Amino acid sequence: MSVEPGRGAIGELASARGGFLEPILQEALDRLMPMHLQLRHSGHIAHAGPSLQKLRPDLPLSGRRFLEVFEIKRPSGVTRVSDLARADGGRVKLAFRDAPRTGMAGLVAPLSADHGLIVNLSFGFNIIEAVQDYDLTNADFAATDLAVEMLYLVEAKTAALNEWKALNQRLQGAMTAVEKQASSDMLTGLANRRAMEDVLERLTTSKASFGLMNLDLDFFKSVNDTLGHAAGDHVLREVADILRAETRLSDVIVRAGGDEFVLVFVGLSNPDRLAALGRRIISRLEEPIPFEGDTCNISGSIGLTVSDFYTTTDAEEMMQHADTALYASKRGGRGRVTVYASDLPGIGEGCD
Amino acid sequence: MHGLINRAVQCFVRDIYGPEIWAKLGAEVGVGTSGFEAMLSYEDEVTLTMLTALSRMRGQPVEDILEDLGTYLVTHPNTRAIRRLLRFGGQSFLELLYSLDDLPDRARLAVPELELPQLHLTELEPGRFRLEVAARQGGFGAVMTGILRALADDFGALAFLELGGAMERREVITINLLDPEFAEAKQFYLGGEAQLPGSAE
Repeated sequence: MSVEPGRGAIGELASARGGFLEPILQEALDRLMPMHLQLRHSGHIAHAGPSLQKLRPDLPLSGRRFLEVFEIKRPSGVTRVSDLARADGGRVKLAFRDAPRTGMAGLVAPLSADHGLIVNLSFGFNIIEAVQDYDLTNADFAATDLAVEMLYLVEAKTAALNEWKALNQRLQGAMTAVEKQASSDMLTGLANRRAMEDVLERLTTSKASFGLMNLDLDFFKSVNDTLGHAAGDHVLREVADILRAETRLSDVIVRAGGDEFVLVFVGLSNPDRLAALGRRIISRLEEPIPFEGDTCNISGSIGLTVSDFYTTTDAEEMMQHADTALYASKRGGRGRVTVYASDLPGIGEGCD
Repeated sequence: MHGLINRAVQCFVRDIYGPEIWAKLGAEVGVGTSGFEAMLSYEDEVTLTMLTALSRMRGQPVEDILEDLGTYLVTHPNTRAIRRLLRFGGQSFLELLYSLDDLPDRARLAVPELELPQLHLTELEPGRFRLEVAARQGGFGAVMTGILRALADDFGALAFLELGGAMERREVITINLLDPEFAEAKQFYLGGEAQLPGSAE
């Protein structure tokens, strides 16, 4: 401030009740800094700017002791107001002692050696609560104060952000639907080959233990040939239901091709338990499936292997071994389960 | 044209003329019932096609429809966020008029891609103003006329507005502010409503 208050401006004019500044100066300060306080060295508030006084409409701030109205958060250990101007370039943080305990940031400057201090206050980040708590309007802020602009920004940005969030949610929903479509078989709703590759990749990378089961339907081709594709599709859906019923939710069931299925049992690598499960699946597949007055009879052959058989698991190698075991089941008369062993004949070997 | 503008037209048609009219219009424009994404940008052509089709369907000149759109933006509960953001411009209708020059910049603060027309206010004589609205596409002047009529009402001011050069790239609104305090202003709290305004949905 360029005004250097001389003895004429202050001192004589000071009264116990009012401020210690000449009226025109006081008016200027009220307009430029509506949130300021004038403090006497005694620690009493000589005058409060109009917006600051508005925060305590029923309690005239003038005449009260500054440290009784406000709690100084920083600098700490202040017991006399004259200390305020010295510490940290006059920066202060304070809050009302009574509710609402609005926090404020301020700047303290001494006015003259004889007379008190000026404290200019601002809501800082408490601005949003403050305008709500005290119902403040544009007129309560100096035009140079960016408080209203900040409120505008917060509101405008929040509105824009909500639109972005809504857009993101719609896109997320669309993406999930597309991903599901891309990784599932339309007829049975089971996972498809692409999904299976992802799962096997994940399991081998994380060195998790798992069981891998290849299932080929037996006599499916004759259902298709004699009763038609509609019957075939019906059978495939029934098979999918059986597989879902016989496995856990965490297991992955894949329709790998026409009548070929792959089952991945995450965390289950006991070959005996898997073989027993395989036999149960086959016995359920062998139950006659009615279709439009006809009956479809199928069975299944299973070959399986488990990650425990390998020191390092390789998805492709395990798929080959499960196929070798499946081939052994087929060759052994169908409707059976074979666990992979290294002495099994390879596919195409030992054929008679 | 920014999605927010297309979306504003969509919400206006849905809320004022009804969802079935929007369904028809959305199909004709080729954006379907779900319509525009507020945060994406579209070719200007799309907006033009939509307004032309709407004008034909309603049997009403485009500028009349756009003026109603302006009124809708300030007065409808679904767009209360827009009214609030406009009211930040000033404490009185007069202050608001003086803040209009900054409106495109204010909008850009919130959504950087949103391009609004350039606004330029001149005081011809006390209480008489001329607002120039310049944009790549005509029609914003008509929307602005609706917005300002509704805002005058919101501030309790009695004002008479006239639009010249409607739908041209430079439109001129003449504003006669007859009585700034004709009626009581509608309430506006800086601190917002119970919650911050959400989307127009």
